[in-house]
Amino acid sequence: MSNVYIIGAGIHKFGRTEGRSGRDQGIFAVREALKDAGIEWSDVQFAAGGSHAAGNADIMISTLGLTGIPFVNVFNGCATGGSAITSARNAIAAGQCDIAMAVGFDKHPRGAFNADPKAYGLPMWYGQTGMMLTTQFFALKIQRYMQLFGITRNTLGKVAEKSFRNGEKTEHAWRRSPIDLDTILQSDIINDPLTKYMFCAPGEGGVALILASEKKVRELGADAVKISAIATRSRPPGSFEVFAPSLSVVDGGKPTILASKSAYELAGVGPEDVDLAQLQDTESGAEIMHMAENGICADGDQEKWLTEGRTEINGTLPINTDGGCIANGEPIGATGLRQIYENVTQLRGRAGARQVQNSPKIAYSHVYGAPGLSAVSILEV
Amino acid sequence: MNGSSNITDLTPVAENIWIIDGDTPKLLGGKNESGTVVFPIPDTEAGKAMQAIKLSTTGKLWSFTRQNFRPKSPYDGPEEFTPFLLGYVELAEVIVETHLVDCTLEQLKLGMEMELVITQFDHARSTYAFKPAR
Repeated sequence: MSNVYIIGAGIHKFGRTEGRSGRDQGIFAVREALKDAGIEWSDVQFAAGGSHAAGNADIMISTLGLTGIPFVNVFNGCATGGSAITSARNAIAAGQCDIAMAVGFDKHPRGAFNADPKAYGLPMWYGQTGMMLTTQFFALKIQRYMQLFGITRNTLGKVAEKSFRNGEKTEHAWRRSPIDLDTILQSDIINDPLTKYMFCAPGEGGVALILASEKKVRELGADAVKISAIATRSRPPGSFEVFAPSLSVVDGGKPTILASKSAYELAGVGPEDVDLAQLQDTESGAEIMHMAENGICADGDQEKWLTEGRTEINGTLPINTDGGCIANGEPIGATGLRQIYENVTQLRGRAGARQVQNSPKIAYSHVYGAPGLSAVSILEV
Repeated sequence: MNGSSNITDLTPVAENIWIIDGDTPKLLGGKNESGTVVFPIPDTEAGKAMQAIKLSTTGKLWSFTRQNFRPKSPYDGPEEFTPFLLGYVELAEVIVETHLVDCTLEQLKLGMEMELVITQFDHARSTYAFKPAR
């Protein structure tokens, strides 16, 4: 497959922007990305994108310009961004075009997501009796993990503390004030052992990326980042996922482990080669478990990693350098592309106060969502 | 939510979640051709093709948490919300998600023995739960 590059990245500030629709935040991001790439909307030959709760992406063309290009609407939960960039990458790799765009945006109401059992093929009583909450799933998964591998609540707190500290240095972040460990640990418990400040919140935001063929990169002399791998996987049998009234007694694999292995193979690199990573941190326990599921460390080693500060911006493997979902919130359609935006910014050396030192070369991103799917990307300069 | 004097006067929150076998409540699982057991029996074409089986009434605690706030719709419990415990219990056939009753969060440990009970859900309805085995 021929190489495909990211030549432009644009973002609309995450958080809450009263009076601006999710799609308008997406359009803002598209214009930023076009400007960054030094091209016009009329240069884009293919687009893919979507949101979870803010409508279809293709309507954007009535604002951006009716240039007649194919525009694929993506509705793929937390993998919306991953699916959009995959479509854009494939269109270029297949020789269909030289410049493509991926866009994701969203706007969610306040408070936790509530899910309709019927939409997930589950009986009404499962929701009626109060067992169909995403927050419960994350609590149940980390509770078991902590007991099996000796992870302490303190370590959960440290993850969130780092997120807010990194968020302070990030222009696009929602939460930009540090919160100390004690406050995090003593805030309201949502689902034991997870407190309010350990969770991300549904929010708003938009991200757009401009992709180009090798030929176009040379032609434009672009500041390009290579897409070495993108891998998306849905759940294998026996994996523990959200909204599961029952699980197999035979422990299965996990979609993250499958997507991660595939991405490393495609890129021809291993976890030891990665210079920085953005991992799905719906809550701080998720970041901890995803460190192991993505091959970054062994189960249980996270305790030591966090104590030694290895995942800090100045650590040996910085994780969630822009504060992740905890500091940015989780607009479902935009969240996966935000991680890639951050990696592009870091690899180009443009991350300012949060820049990872010593010119990082390989950046990893991982998004996970309901009902059990993961998308991993590896970028290189 | 527990402690109704006449649990049998309450209506189950839905049909086909459990049956009363003699005096003992038993959850109903669905077994497919390859022998995999799921709970509950899905209300789908695939579910109709499954063999209904009575699940074990005791098992080991697999994970647990406490629901500290009143969930949004479709939660349909009492308006006056009391935090409740829930988790997964590993039975011989399958691991099931369940309310946990007759215990406190502090008493719960991975691997502890649990047994099935029918418990009060609201003023009119019952649901299933697990409690620490005696």
